Amino acid sequence: MNHMTATLGAMEPPHIAVENLSVSYAGVVALSNASLRLSQGVICGLVGMNGAGKSTLFKALMGFVRPATGTIRINGQSVVQAQRRQSVAYVPQSESVDWDFPLNVADLVMMGRYGSMGPLRNPRRRDHEAVRHSLELVELWDLRRRQIGQLSGGQRKRAFLARALAQGASVLLLDEPFNGVDARTEKLMAQLFMAFRRERRTLLISTHDMDHVTGFCDQVVLINKTILAYGQTSEVFTQENLARAFGCLVLDQPKEIPGPQRGPMATDPREGWR
Amino acid sequence: MDPVTWIVEPLQHVFMVKALLISSVVGGVCALLSCFMTLKGWALMGDAVSHAVLPGVVIAYALGLPLAVGAFVFGVGSVTVIGLIKQSTRVKEDTVIGLVFTGFFALGLILVSKVRSSLDLMHILFGNVLAIRPQDFQQTLVIAALVLVALVVFRRDLVLFCFDPTHARSIGISTGFLYYLLLSSLSLAAVAGLQTVGIILVVAMLVTPGATAYLLTDSFGVMALLAVASGILSSLLGAYISYWSDASPAGCIVVAQTLLFVMAMVFAPKYGLLRRAFNNQTAQ
Repeated sequence: MNHMTATLGAMEPPHIAVENLSVSYAGVVALSNASLRLSQGVICGLVGMNGAGKSTLFKALMGFVRPATGTIRINGQSVVQAQRRQSVAYVPQSESVDWDFPLNVADLVMMGRYGSMGPLRNPRRRDHEAVRHSLELVELWDLRRRQIGQLSGGQRKRAFLARALAQGASVLLLDEPFNGVDARTEKLMAQLFMAFRRERRTLLISTHDMDHVTGFCDQVVLINKTILAYGQTSEVFTQENLARAFGCLVLDQPKEIPGPQRGPMATDPREGWR
Repeated sequence: MDPVTWIVEPLQHVFMVKALLISSVVGGVCALLSCFMTLKGWALMGDAVSHAVLPGVVIAYALGLPLAVGAFVFGVGSVTVIGLIKQSTRVKEDTVIGLVFTGFFALGLILVSKVRSSLDLMHILFGNVLAIRPQDFQQTLVIAALVLVALVVFRRDLVLFCFDPTHARSIGISTGFLYYLLLSSLSLAAVAGLQTVGIILVVAMLVTPGATAYLLTDSFGVMALLAVASGILSSLLGAYISYWSDASPAGCIVVAQTLLFVMAMVFAPKYGLLRRAFNNQTAQ
């Protein structure tokens, strides 16, 4: 399964290189022998059941869990070095955010700049400019003074995306970004992801929704305690692979994977990007 | 009695000027810290740490060390013990917190009864702001200044730490440092509060003003200012009422804080109960 990415990544060093990664929590194996190489400018879907190790892989890429074995390199550097260079941005699931926090949209996005500021985090002009630019890209500049909880579901997602943009990361980890978003946000996000790809950023998107994967993910990673398959979406999405990932045969036209967290979809999600 | 006499007469006594000064300084600094406590969900932790510092305070007193040193060691130590027990047993966190801080507190009670000398248990438990000793006065001011500087300098990182520690770590900010910064501030503030309202009621100073301000605004900066204002106001009010009614100063200060909270709860322009009732009515 490695021949595919070997050719894709031949010219440039990969943004994400995971070798033989194993992670366990208190003796329970969450991920074993996972290897993965993602080149620059790739949108990659991360697909698997709940508990398959998606969050564990994200945590490992952010250095939150200590691998039992294996190595992770981001832009050829260790995770810690990559974080210091502001290379990795994480966009959390909405469920994990305190929406009542006294914070407005502009302040939230400014937090993306903290890593490149001085120790007192006094914003300078270029920080304000980065915040403005990011907010304009996600079409939230007019709402910058709103408290974050007073945004709609889609606007909330876009606000966090703007924070990742302001950070200027080359690797974006997005946790279920399409859960419960409206059609406008979905279209805007798809456009933004395409723009990120043109800018040679790498996106790893965890999702339950097959339509999103077939719609615009160049590559896909199927995960179930280890990496079952990865490569070009069309080649990975086979009956056999999906059966291995989900432990059952998925119907002949795979539309969506059964998952409890899947949000409602306002319209056909493919409209925006086909 | 006319209001001018009510305010001016107590100022003729040095002990009262000192009491007003120290309780408003401590009230203000604890109030700033209370913003982080309420946003981080550390109210129970504040309760635990403020009680657990007691043995440290007594030991430091017996050894002639600054009380802050003892409080710091036992404040941070108690939280470490809580973490260790939680990791290595199946007992739930709130249970562990409850049993560890009472254990430390009880140990402190034994030590107080053994190291009798001039250390008065009632003063430690319920504060002694009207008869504060000169060295305690200075120590408390220094502690309050330290905590104030730490919180103001690192306010942006601390807000981020309360709101989204995951993001903080992913951009290379040390959440471990911020955790111990907040914890150390808490231990130090507990000693400062000990001098004014005593160890039992200090948790009110570390929680109530933040909760009051949280109901009044959606901006952290405004919340911090309102919390500090309400902390200082209740300290002054409490001290004056205590003077004129000859009631416990600690009790008066904390009751004043609680009343301000109740007022905010009812009358807050956006999140108050009246506003809610009004909104429900118009919605029907």
